[in-house]
Amino acid sequence: MPTVSMTVNGKPVTGEVDSRTLLVQFLRETLRMTGTHVGCDTSQCGCCVVHIDGDAVKSCTTLALSCEGAKVTTIEGLANGDQLHPMQEAFRENHGLQCGFCTPGMIMTAVELVGRKGHNLDEKTIREELEGNLCRCTGYHNIVKAIAAGAQAMGAKA
Amino acid sequence: MYAFNYHKPATVAEAATLAGKHADGKLLAGGMTLLPTMKQRLASPSDIIDLSKLGDLRGIEVKDGVVTIKALTRHVTVANSAEVKKAIPALAELAGMIGDPAVRNRGTIGGSVANNDPAADYPAACLALGATIHTNKRSIPADDFFVGLFETALGEGEIITSISFPVPDKANYQKFRNPASRYAIVGVFVAKKGADVSVAVTGAGDSGVFRQKDFEAALKSNFSAAALDGKSQSAAGLNSDIHADAEYRAHLIGVMAKRAVAAAK
Ligand SMILES: Cc1cc2nc3c(=O)[nH]c(=O)nc-3n(C[C@H](O)[C@H](O)[C@H](O)COP(=O)(O)OP(=O)(O)OC[C@H]3O[C@@H](n4cnc5c(N)ncnc54)[C@H](O)[C@@H]3O)c2cc1C
Ligand code: FES
Ligand code: FES
Repeated sequence: MPTVSMTVNGKPVTGEVDSRTLLVQFLRETLRMTGTHVGCDTSQCGCCVVHIDGDAVKSCTTLALSCEGAKVTTIEGLANGDQLHPMQEAFRENHGLQCGFCTPGMIMTAVELVGRKGHNLDEKTIREELEGNLCRCTGYHNIVKAIAAGAQAMGAKA
Repeated sequence: MYAFNYHKPATVAEAATLAGKHADGKLLAGGMTLLPTMKQRLASPSDIIDLSKLGDLRGIEVKDGVVTIKALTRHVTVANSAEVKKAIPALAELAGMIGDPAVRNRGTIGGSVANNDPAADYPAACLALGATIHTNKRSIPADDFFVGLFETALGEGEIITSISFPVPDKANYQKFRNPASRYAIVGVFVAKKGADVSVAVTGAGDSGVFRQKDFEAALKSNFSAAALDGKSQSAAGLNSDIHADAEYRAHLIGVMAKRAVAAAK
């Protein structure tokens, strides 16, 4: 079986994979990092979003082997020990989740969005940018609020 | 997904050799179409030839009134490119309307054009702007490239290397998107260059993207939305599906074309 090496949340990892192994399977099944979720497996829902070299991508639609040498960040890589990342904290504070299934993808998408569009995000921008992230519970309202607040908090911290 | 052998060539020549050797193989670019198709077992390539290491297939150049975009350039790069925004703003806007941010972070122009999905956006831009599709073997005018549903003039294992778009005087793209899939139910790209006007329609035709020659003729003599008053698109040859029937799509083509003409810049 081929092997693949990449950096996940700052740690170098290597694993044997089938050529078909998706990045999300490598993360969840080989590395046992189950924070990244599979909601649809058809590239629609965004539950599986992680960062590859800083870009938010759907890990259910990426081959593990394509990530050779890449720097991958998952939801597990955001917090600093017990201290939540400001975007995670904002989701908690604003009640931006109910069941929490979509939350890892929402947060990874939101963090990349702040990197691209800055700390002052209006509602329209946030809603447009969440086009690829589906939530079955919240109705989005508090997610949008959480992202706006999280973006501000990330700016205050920097 | 069925099993396959994985290759990651370092040069276009090596990719072409691999593609030639494995007749049932497939090139992999962003994977945003190919991987979902393989997961549904609608495609079962024997070999995957991953183009992601081919750095010389990325990049955008604007020279002598032509915008050339290399095949592996991602949608996000085109959408944000200051050069594209300046030369052909409609093209940058189109790239920014594809799918969602994560899809735009992976999906490539070459993959989109090679795939020729009847609801994809780039094929409309290629036709309306009179683009040329360059491959490792030859250069193909857009008018000869898009052959039918998911069908192009590409030969077995032929690799798109870049696409060049002559800069128009004015252009605009209007998309009526399916809110669930984000693909076009109808998309109309209008471009004016000198006395020439092109109108390309995606999302609607039962054999893929096409040019609306009646609209083009009317707009050549008078480039204004009013010139399309009384012109109508026939529903014959248009798709009917659960999202929209052919009559509705025909109507939308007229509406989107007028909006595109009015917004062209
Ligand atoms: C949720 C979602 C929403 C989407 N919404 C839209 C939308 O609104 N509008 C739209 O236009 N598209 C949309 N897409 C499709 C997206 O734009 C894809 O990126 C694109 O169609 C294919 O590009 P790719 O680089 O991902 O190609 P891949 O999936 O890697 O390849 C697609 C096909 O092209 C071939 N190919 C790839 N590169 C080359 C090359 N250089 N030379 C020859 N052949 C090549 C492959 O062999 C394969 O057959 C969406 C996709 C998803 C998952
Ligand atoms: S699980 Fe990847 S997009 Fe839904
Ligand atoms: S909180 Fe349940 S899916 Fe979003």
